[in-house]
Amino acid sequence: MLNAIETARITKYFDDITAVNNITLEVKAGELFGLLGPNGAGKTTLINLLSTMTAASKGSAAVWGYDVVKQASAVRRNIGVVFQDTTLDDRLTGRENLDLHGRFYGLDSKTRKSRIKEVLLLVGLYDRADAIVKTYSGGMMRRLEIARGLMHHPRVLFLDEPTLGLDPQTRRHIWEYIKTLNRKEGVTIVLTTHYMEEADNLCRRIAIIDCGKIVALNTPQILKNMLGGDVITLEVENPEDTGNLCKIYESNEIPSTISCNDKRIFITLKDGERRIPRVLALASDVRIPIQSVSLRKPTLDDVFLYHTGRAIRDEKEPGMAERVGYRLRSRRK
Amino acid sequence: MVKKALNTVYAMWLREMLRFSRSKSRIIGSLSTPLFFLVILGAGFSSSFEIRGGGMFDKSFLAPGLIGMSVLFSSIMGGVSIIWDREFGFLKEILIAPVSRFFVALGKAVGGVTTAMIQGTLIMIIAWLIGVEYVSIPGVLAAIGVMFVTGIGFIGLGISLATRIESHEGFQMVMSFLTMPLVLLSGAFFPISNLPAWMSYLVYANPLTYSVEALRFCLLGSSTIPLPESVAVIVLFALVMTGLGGNLFGKMRV
Ligand SMILES: Nc1ncnc2c1ncn2[C@@H]1O[C@H](COP(=O)(O)OP(=O)(O)OP(=O)(O)O)[C@@H](O)[C@H]1O
Ligand SMILES: [Mg+2]
Repeated sequence: MLNAIETARITKYFDDITAVNNITLEVKAGELFGLLGPNGAGKTTLINLLSTMTAASKGSAAVWGYDVVKQASAVRRNIGVVFQDTTLDDRLTGRENLDLHGRFYGLDSKTRKSRIKEVLLLVGLYDRADAIVKTYSGGMMRRLEIARGLMHHPRVLFLDEPTLGLDPQTRRHIWEYIKTLNRKEGVTIVLTTHYMEEADNLCRRIAIIDCGKIVALNTPQILKNMLGGDVITLEVENPEDTGNLCKIYESNEIPSTISCNDKRIFITLKDGERRIPRVLALASDVRIPIQSVSLRKPTLDDVFLYHTGRAIRDEKEPGMAERVGYRLRSRRK
Repeated sequence: MVKKALNTVYAMWLREMLRFSRSKSRIIGSLSTPLFFLVILGAGFSSSFEIRGGGMFDKSFLAPGLIGMSVLFSSIMGGVSIIWDREFGFLKEILIAPVSRFFVALGKAVGGVTTAMIQGTLIMIIAWLIGVEYVSIPGVLAAIGVMFVTGIGFIGLGISLATRIESHEGFQMVMSFLTMPLVLLSGAFFPISNLPAWMSYLVYANPLTYSVEALRFCLLGSSTIPLPESVAVIVLFALVMTGLGGNLFGKMRV
């Protein structure tokens, strides 16, 4: 099967910064692929390299079989890009923005009309098509941009932080649109995000990118399984029982790893929920009272922590104000 | 190939027109400055000056100069507005499209020149309504042609500058250090036949001088610089600036 994207040791320097460092990557046609990484990881730079907006310092890349440098205009015909910061003309209406886009991509008047209707319906903006974009909310603008990116039937759609700064409900809506697109129109989608749940929910495969490098690449499930499975946390009544119980579990070959402190026992194991009964039964066999038990599935946060040695962000869901502030700042440069 | 180029030019032109039609206050604002000049300067000066060799320094003398000034302002603005397109992101939408940069720039220029010509023509009409007399209808049509060529030249200049300017502050610099001297040293406000030597070098090095002179010839029937010469200069200026603007825009990164 054709690879939608192939890169070979692609690298981008900005002065003394290495924004993208030796990335070799393949994305299959029809895939929904995620680039997950913290601020400054190099996600946007990688998208710019792939979308012919920036020239690589070293290495090469091909999109839909075309070299991003030598065949830039063939690449452009086959991709749609939704940039991190808005690129709409906010003095025009939604429909006018789409119509101009269609003209730039050489769609004839009939195709433009029918396609505008299709994409507007897809993102739920058909009613507001004739309002000036200035009067749109952030979520509506984002949806309009996604619609516009699709207008010309691109083979590969790049979405740079498609839900940055949006409220959770709008974010979920956009996830739905993205999934529908990928399924119905068969578009290969590459999206960047630093929301773990977004990557987890949406993407078939994820590349975790940090400081310009890919540190892990696989399906979300496999990435999480690589950590050794689920985490069961037990709390016993008497701290002196802890050690005994650990030994019992080890001799029964329950966990992949086990650790304890004071009254708590942490057991990492596969298939956690099916094995809780056995874990509890073993404790009651030796009459060690258990106070509480909890099961936690590993998240991509744990995966990120494992691969980079730090959390992706200090706080998981930053407040709206901070996000918006960031957006404005990044727009100004 | 040709069709694709025309489509690109048309799309860019259409965008400029849509934006223009939605900015009524901008249109009124840009008309008011030259009109104040025309009415107030025209009335204030007409009694006191007589141009050597006949003719009055009055509102008729000023009208072509003010048309030239308005075309200059709106066309440089039109070119420099690429800075805004960059600031507000739309430039990326254009640069990522599979179209020739040169024709994008040309479309931008044609759009800007259309607005410049509309404004110049409005001033020409208003001046006529308040009593400025033009020599002939072909002359008036020729004047619109002069506005077109002038507009293309200064938009090319504006686009070239925009590709080099990083910010809003830079834009302010351009407006004050470029447009004001261009207007003041163009003969829009005074006859150019009797200038001190240092000034006449500057005036004759200024492309706007030739536009104003050509307009004066078309509208009033006489000018200091002969028409063929002034037309040759503005056409050359327009060609050079289109080449330069298209070229620099082609290399532009966001
Ligand atoms: N035009 C530029 N000039 C200089 N440095 C740049 C430029 N663009 C990006 N960088 C640097 O490259 C690095 C990667 O930036 P990039 O925008 O790709 O990160 P990102 O992963 O998209 O981050 P974010 O989540 O904040 O969007 C950063 O250190 C950034 O400062
Ligand atoms: Mg980014």
